[in-house]
Amino acid sequence: MTTRRHVLKLLGGGIAACTCAAAGLPSAVFAEIPGSRRLVVVLQRGAMDGLAAVAPLGDSDYAGLRGSLALKPPGEPDGALALTRDFALHPSLASVHPYFGKGELLVLHATGNGYQTRSHFDAQDMMESGLSAKRGITDGWLNRALAPLQKGKERLALAVGGATPLILRGPMPVASYEPAGFHAAAPGFIEAVAQLYVGDALLGPALQEGLKAQSFSDGVLAADMQGDAMKGGGGFGPKAFKPLCEAAGKLLAAEGGPRIAALDMGGWDTHVGQGAESGRLASNFQGFAEGLDALAQSLGSAWGETVVVSVTEFGRTVRVNGTNGTDHGTASLMFVMGGAVKGGRVAGDWPSLSRLQDDRDLRVATDSRGVMKALLRDHLGLDGQYLASRVFPDTAQIKPLDGLLRA
Amino acid sequence: MPASMAAVVAATRFGFAPKPGELAEIGGDPRGWVASQLDRSADFTPGDLPASPETVAAMLEARRDKEEKPQLKERLKATYLGEIDARMRAAILGTTPVLERLTQFWSNHFTVSGMRPFVRGVTGAFEREAIRPHVTGRFLDMLLAVTRHPAMLLYLDNAQSFGPDSLVGRRQNKGINENLGRELLELHTLGVDGGYTQADVEALARILTGWTIAPLRDPPAGRFRFFPQIHQPGDKRLLGRTYPEGGMDEGEAALRDLGAHPATARHIATQLARHFIADTPPADAVERIARRFRDTGGDLKQVTLALLREDAVWREPFAKLRTPSELVISAYRVVGTVPQPGLAFMALKKLDQPPFFAPSPAGWPDVAAAWVSPESVLRRTEWCQTFAERLADVPDPVEVMANSFGEALPEDIQSAVRRAPDKRAGLALLVASPQFQRR
Repeated sequence: MTTRRHVLKLLGGGIAACTCAAAGLPSAVFAEIPGSRRLVVVLQRGAMDGLAAVAPLGDSDYAGLRGSLALKPPGEPDGALALTRDFALHPSLASVHPYFGKGELLVLHATGNGYQTRSHFDAQDMMESGLSAKRGITDGWLNRALAPLQKGKERLALAVGGATPLILRGPMPVASYEPAGFHAAAPGFIEAVAQLYVGDALLGPALQEGLKAQSFSDGVLAADMQGDAMKGGGGFGPKAFKPLCEAAGKLLAAEGGPRIAALDMGGWDTHVGQGAESGRLASNFQGFAEGLDALAQSLGSAWGETVVVSVTEFGRTVRVNGTNGTDHGTASLMFVMGGAVKGGRVAGDWPSLSRLQDDRDLRVATDSRGVMKALLRDHLGLDGQYLASRVFPDTAQIKPLDGLLRA
Repeated sequence: MPASMAAVVAATRFGFAPKPGELAEIGGDPRGWVASQLDRSADFTPGDLPASPETVAAMLEARRDKEEKPQLKERLKATYLGEIDARMRAAILGTTPVLERLTQFWSNHFTVSGMRPFVRGVTGAFEREAIRPHVTGRFLDMLLAVTRHPAMLLYLDNAQSFGPDSLVGRRQNKGINENLGRELLELHTLGVDGGYTQADVEALARILTGWTIAPLRDPPAGRFRFFPQIHQPGDKRLLGRTYPEGGMDEGEAALRDLGAHPATARHIATQLARHFIADTPPADAVERIARRFRDTGGDLKQVTLALLREDAVWREPFAKLRTPSELVISAYRVVGTVPQPGLAFMALKKLDQPPFFAPSPAGWPDVAAAWVSPESVLRRTEWCQTFAERLADVPDPVEVMANSFGEALPEDIQSAVRRAPDKRAGLALLVASPQFQRR
C-alpha cells in the first residue's frame, strides 16, 4: 500500500519531471472542488437485471413470475443476502453487502429515465446525455455539471478506461486514465508532435492533457499499482473492472487529483443462460461488487466524503425468455454507495409485480434523473435552477430526491 | 481543389492510404480510380482459413468431449490470428483498397463480435462469407447472407430461439429470444427511428424462429439450418403487414420487405455518408444517396457510385479522424510492410480497437468524438513512435511523405519530417502528423 506521503512525493516528482514541464505546461493538473467531496458514476452498459441484483422476495408474485431465475431466501444454501424484510441482495454481490450494514449502501429500486424503446444504444445515449429527447446529442450531463465547478482549463473529472464516454463529453475538458499503454515515447518526439498539433483544435488540447494526466497518474499509481492495473487492464470480462476501480480510487484520493470520475462496466446483456445464484450474471455481479469494494478501499479516508452511484440503461423482462435469459425491459435499479450516503435502506416506491409494464417489465417508480440531480445538488452544491435548465434540460417536473445523503 | 489533393482524398477516404505509386496511378481521375475498383474482384487471399461450419462443428464437438478443449483453444487462436493476417495483408499490400474499405464498413454495420466468446472463432469467417461477396452487390443479398450466417445466429442468440407453440417449444417449454429481431430492425435495416414498435420486434423474432445451426447429429454440423419443429406456427404481423405461416419463407419475405423499406435506405445512406463524408454529413447528400438506394433496389455498387458523385466528399480533405484500426493499416500501407498478426492485435488492443472485438452489436463508433480522449491521443502518438521503432527496414520518410501526400502537406509538417534527427523519427512524425491522423 502506498502511504499518503509517498503518493504526494511521487505526485510532486511526476509533475516536476520531464514531459509537461518540458512542454511548458502549467503544473496544476486538476481544479479544486469546494470541500473535498468525490462523486463516481458507474455506467453498467447492456441493461442490468435489477430484479436479480436485489430480489423483491417479499412481493408475492416474485417467485412465480421469475421461475428458474428466482433467488432463494436468505439462510438457505446459496441464498440471497438479507437487506430488509422485503428485499435481498444477490449472493454474488457479497463484497458490497457489509456496506449496507454499515449504512453506506443505499438501493434505489425500480428506477428508469422515462425512455422506453428498449434500444441499448438510444437508451444509453439518453442515460448519458441527460436530455429528454434524442435530437442533437453532443455532450453529457456530467460534463455540463462541471461548468460551474471547473475553472479555466483545469480538469476536475476523470474518464476511467478507454475513450471518454458520452456522459463526460462536451465543452468542459476532462482527463482520462487507462492502464497498460505503449512504452512512453521519447520526450523529444512528443514535444515535436505537440508542436505539429498547435493549430489542431481536436488533437492539440487532447495530447497536452494526456501528457499532464499521464505524469499525474504515473506518479500516483507508481510501483505497487501499475503492476496490478496492468494485469486486468484492457482485458475483457468481469475481472477487468476491479483494477480500473483500484486505479480510479487512488487517483481520486490523491491531493490535487480529480474529484469526479466515470467508469464503465459491460456484460449485463444476459439474453442467454443468465443463471440465478450462479452463471453469467452472477460472475458479472461478483466482478462489479469486488470493483466497488476495491474503489472504497483505495479511496482510503476520502471514502467518507465520497458518493458512488451506478446506473444502467434499462432493466430486463421479469419472466425468463426462451433461452434461460431475459430480454430488454424497463425499470432496473441504482446503487448509491459511499461514506457520505445515508444507506442501509432500500428506498423508492415499489411498483409491485402484480401489474407490469406492457405485461412484461417492472414499471419505473423513481426517475434516475431525480437521483442524479439530488447528488449534484446535495453533494457537489450545484444550483437547482442550473440543474433543471442546463444539466437535465426540460425536467423541472422531476424533483431531486431528498434525503439520499447524511446531513 | 488541386488534382493532387483529390487523389489523396480518393486514396485515403475510399482506400486506406496511398501505397508507393498509387497517387500517380490515380492521377487526375480520382472518381474513376475508385469506380474502376467496384468492377474488380477483391485482391484478397484467404489461404487455408477454415469455413465457419467447420469451426462451429469443432466447437460443438469440444462441448461434447471436454478432452478436446485445449486443442480447440489453440486452433481458434490460430484461426483468429490467420483472419487478422489475411485482412491486414489485403488492406496493406492489396491492389483493391476500396473493396477492403467497403468490406470493413459493412462488416462493422453488421457487427459480430468476439466479445461473446463462442463466436470468437468465426468472426473473420463471417466477414469473408457473408460480407465480402456482396459489397458491390445487392443489400438484400448481404442481409440474407448475414442473417443466415452461423456467427450472427450465435452472436444475437437466434440459434437458440424457440417458437413457444412449436413442437419442441411446447414439449420442452422453451420460448423466443428477441435479440436478433431487435437488432435487425434497429441496427441492420430500419434504424432506431425507422418506425417500428416492441410488437414488431417480437413478431420478427417469431418469424425467425427455426433459423438456426445444424447440430452434430445432423451433419454437416455448424451450417445454417431451418428447423420447422422449433418454428413458431401461425400468421405473424410485422410493420402492418401479415406474413402467413410459411416456415422459412416467412423470414425471407420479411427480410426482403425490410431491405426495400424507405427507412432502411435512409439509415444506410446516413451510415455511408457519415463514414465517407463527415461525422455530421450534409442532409441533402444523405437524401440523394438514400434515393439512389431506393431507385436501384439497394444495388450497393450504384449506391457507392452515388456517394462518389457527392461534392461534399471531395470538398474537405482530412474531414474524418482515422480510427485506430485505420491508422495502423494506413501507416503500414505507406511503408509496404505487413505486421505480424500478434503484433497488430496487441497494438490495436492497446489502442482500444482489437480486430473483430467491437464492444456491442452497434459496432465501432464512426465519429471522432468517440476516439479522442487525452489518454487515447497520447496512446496514438506513442504508437506512432513504436511503429517506426519496430520496422525492420525503414524507408526514407521524405520519400514516403511524397508518395502518400504528394504536395498536400503544409510546409511546417514537411519541414519537421525533413529535419527529423533520423529516418525512424521522421517516419514517426509523419504518421503522427494531424493530416496522417485523418483521412
